[in-house]
Amino acid sequence: MNARTGWGLLLLLGLAFPLLTDNDYHLTVMSSASIFALATLGLNLITGYTGQFNLAHAGFMAIGAYTVGILTVDHQWPFWAAFCLSGLVPVVLGLPIGLLSLRLKGHFFAIFTMCVGYILFLGIEKWESLTHGAVGIIGIPVPEALPTPFGDVSFDSPRALYYLVLGFLTLGLWVMHRIVGSLLGRTFVAIRNGDDLAESLGINLMRNKLLAFLLSVFYAGTAGGLYAGFVRFLSPDLAGVERTFDMTMYMLIGGAGTLLGPLLGALGVPWLAQYLQFLQDYRFIVFGPLLIVLVIFLPDGIVGWVRGQWLRRRASQPASVVAQEPDQQSTSVGLKGERHA
Amino acid sequence: MDMFLQQILNGLTLGSVYCLVALGLTLVYGILQVPNFAHGAFYMAGAFVAFQLMSALGWNYWLAMLAAAASVAALAALAGRWVFHPLRKSSGLHPMIAAIGLLLFLEASAQAIWGADFRRMPTPYTGMVEVAGIGIGQQRVLLVAGAFVLMAALQLFLKRTVVGATIVALAQDREGAALMGIDTHRVAMLTFAISGALAAAAAVLYAPINLVYPAMGSLVITKAFAIIVIGGMGSVPGAIAGGLIIGFAESFGAFYVSSDAKDLIAFVLLVVILSVRPQGLFTRGVL
Repeated sequence: MNARTGWGLLLLLGLAFPLLTDNDYHLTVMSSASIFALATLGLNLITGYTGQFNLAHAGFMAIGAYTVGILTVDHQWPFWAAFCLSGLVPVVLGLPIGLLSLRLKGHFFAIFTMCVGYILFLGIEKWESLTHGAVGIIGIPVPEALPTPFGDVSFDSPRALYYLVLGFLTLGLWVMHRIVGSLLGRTFVAIRNGDDLAESLGINLMRNKLLAFLLSVFYAGTAGGLYAGFVRFLSPDLAGVERTFDMTMYMLIGGAGTLLGPLLGALGVPWLAQYLQFLQDYRFIVFGPLLIVLVIFLPDGIVGWVRGQWLRRRASQPASVVAQEPDQQSTSVGLKGERHA
Repeated sequence: MDMFLQQILNGLTLGSVYCLVALGLTLVYGILQVPNFAHGAFYMAGAFVAFQLMSALGWNYWLAMLAAAASVAALAALAGRWVFHPLRKSSGLHPMIAAIGLLLFLEASAQAIWGADFRRMPTPYTGMVEVAGIGIGQQRVLLVAGAFVLMAALQLFLKRTVVGATIVALAQDREGAALMGIDTHRVAMLTFAISGALAAAAAVLYAPINLVYPAMGSLVITKAFAIIVIGGMGSVPGAIAGGLIIGFAESFGAFYVSSDAKDLIAFVLLVVILSVRPQGLFTRGVL
């Protein structure tokens, strides 16, 4: 089974999901998980592929969400008009932050962005005239019906909202697939594997890291905009560093630096959390140690581990068999080998 | 003038807490080059252990502080052995994420045991002392004095004892230290234990003025990170200077600018300083 068929099956499964369940609650869990999956894809670009651990990611998601919330509730913009800005406003704010923070390397970048995340969180909480402060924004309208050749499509049912979110997640995955498969994606991976080497190859570090950062922020902001339209209530907690920790966990459990890993993590972990619901706020008593064990024993995540096994088995096969295999896998699958190269 | 003196005292109080927390963080960073995000959870654990011993078992304040320091030291040493030791050779991202896992685990555990409520820690020192015409709470005096005694003791330990010298040696050159017959694992665990004990002591000294709750460590640790970046990661004098700078900036900022801005000041200062000097105020001195 090649990669394309696998992705196709996954999309079919996503499309069929509402037919398999008539429980609106399941749809809501899945939609919310998909929104965070979209944001996690962005985090994966800057952290998994480019190697810069951005701890302010949830802050940018909150900016996207608040852009929609403030414009629709306080300025009566239509949802879609506000939504168009939800990715751009974080990028505009992210530009100076990126220019400043990306000069720092490794741990310094992580610590600096953690502080930026706190500034964003405290800013949202304290700037009451703009953001309604700790009360939050209530009553964000549902996305308006969109006219299509087949009639208007409205988004007032959980099922319609689910398909909307699924559509954006699919689009986000496809764009991300194009990015990481391109020369640009290779450039990001080269920076992760060693920025001195990357620079000596003639890669402009600052420009490429900034590009990865802004793309990831755009994903976060768009996910935030969807979140605003889906949950219809916003509070400063959305910007909290704990949200970034959540997304980091999704990314890492699935496999950082892979396309499938963060998706599986972001969709799978919330389901697991559903089964651990008797633990409620204490779910991290399970997930905390799980994260540690995973980092120690499966540092490349589940997808990374499976791929490693697969590559190893392939490598141990006779050369003639390998030669017959078409090489179309290598663009999306060859990362594991490169990391240790 | 009185208000000015009062702000100096406030700054000194805050600065002392920040110094103790930042010192542990910078020591561990110096040895392992790991930003230990779980350090704030050690701070929180120290406060809860002491709180439990004093409220449930009626222990004396000082005894409870000692027990808290000892148990958090053990906790930190175990964390060093079981979480960070196996990750010493992996990339920069993985130890950070393991530290986050540890942080989430400890915070959730504290919440499961003690609940999310805010609690007040009792202290035998509730009186006031008159200094230069202004009244100060005894606990504040105790906090500042305790912090400076601990800092001096740490400095003496690192400079004057053989065991302390092994920590400095390890921070300077890990392989060189190992070749000289220093047991690097044991020294790393010792460093974790010291950092945990300092965090617990800071928490028990500060908690009677503040409150005890599961998330109490998160803002302190974030500021401690800002402090050690400002002071130069792994530098002991840098952590002390940075802690005092942030403490004073916060107390004067809260008074002269706005009390809403208080928590922002450390981060804004960090952003400004790192924009001008990406390597920190003090170049990375080894301990």
